[in-house]
Amino acid sequence: MNDMACNELVDTITAYLDGTLAQTDRDRFDAHLAECPFCTEYVAQMRATIARLGAPDTTTLAPQTRDDLLAAFRGWAAEPPH
Amino acid sequence: MSRPRPDDAARIAALRAGDERAFAQLVDQLSPQMLKMARVYVTSHAAAEDAVQEAWLVVLRSLDRFEGRSTLTTWILGIVINTARARYARDARARPFSSLVPDDASALDPERFLPANHERWPGHWAIAPTPWPEQALQTAETQRVIGDTLERLPEAQRAVLTLRDLIGCTPEETCNALGLTDTNHRVLLHRARTKVRAALEAAFDALEDLT
Repeated sequence: MNDMACNELVDTITAYLDGTLAQTDRDRFDAHLAECPFCTEYVAQMRATIARLGAPDTTTLAPQTRDDLLAAFRGWAAEPPH
Repeated sequence: MSRPRPDDAARIAALRAGDERAFAQLVDQLSPQMLKMARVYVTSHAAAEDAVQEAWLVVLRSLDRFEGRSTLTTWILGIVINTARARYARDARARPFSSLVPDDASALDPERFLPANHERWPGHWAIAPTPWPEQALQTAETQRVIGDTLERLPEAQRAVLTLRDLIGCTPEETCNALGLTDTNHRVLLHRARTKVRAALEAAFDALEDLT
């Protein structure tokens, strides 16, 4: 089993995080990570980036748009049959 | 033949029975995700809002034909992708030029690594990542950097990143909504995430230089 270099780890990080990396490569990834503080930092930053992207965002519809949609629903519900 | 999942089936039954509260709940729950999805294809919040409104009208018109081959959420996200794309096609305004530029193959600058023929450390970091400042991710500036980076991503990368990371869909749901293979979707996701992380790194480095 040949060692994984930093650039290969960076290229395969998404497959690693998705759990789709082949087992041998997963083992090489983990072995590299155990010895490389820089790649450990990189993985931490990638996880932090993903978490930040998924942060709750409450941007929602304008109240008028929402009211229009509820009115459209009443019209739809009034036309049978559903 | 497939059938809607139990929780979806209950919601659809409520809608068909004319339960306005059930509809309002669904609108409030899904509209934020739909707005993010629409923004992949249109250039303003106002246009995204129009696309989402139109999508809800399509949902009502098509609800009787929903077969449950996907979840209700994925089905509705697929509808907003269509209404937003159609709106973009009708939209006379041009996309920013950057979104038309073909994408580069490499995700992270190769200069960050030592060459493959380096005698001691082939492929290892030449310029290693340094720890990010505490709390930096929580700032409004970070929000702005992410927003700008999303705007500059090629459409397919932004669509995948939006579904996977902003909305939180599974790989399977993402592939179904966009008609991508698992491998292709992961390549696009990888490039998009790598660029967002690099943009944050550049912003934090600039911050450190100031202090």
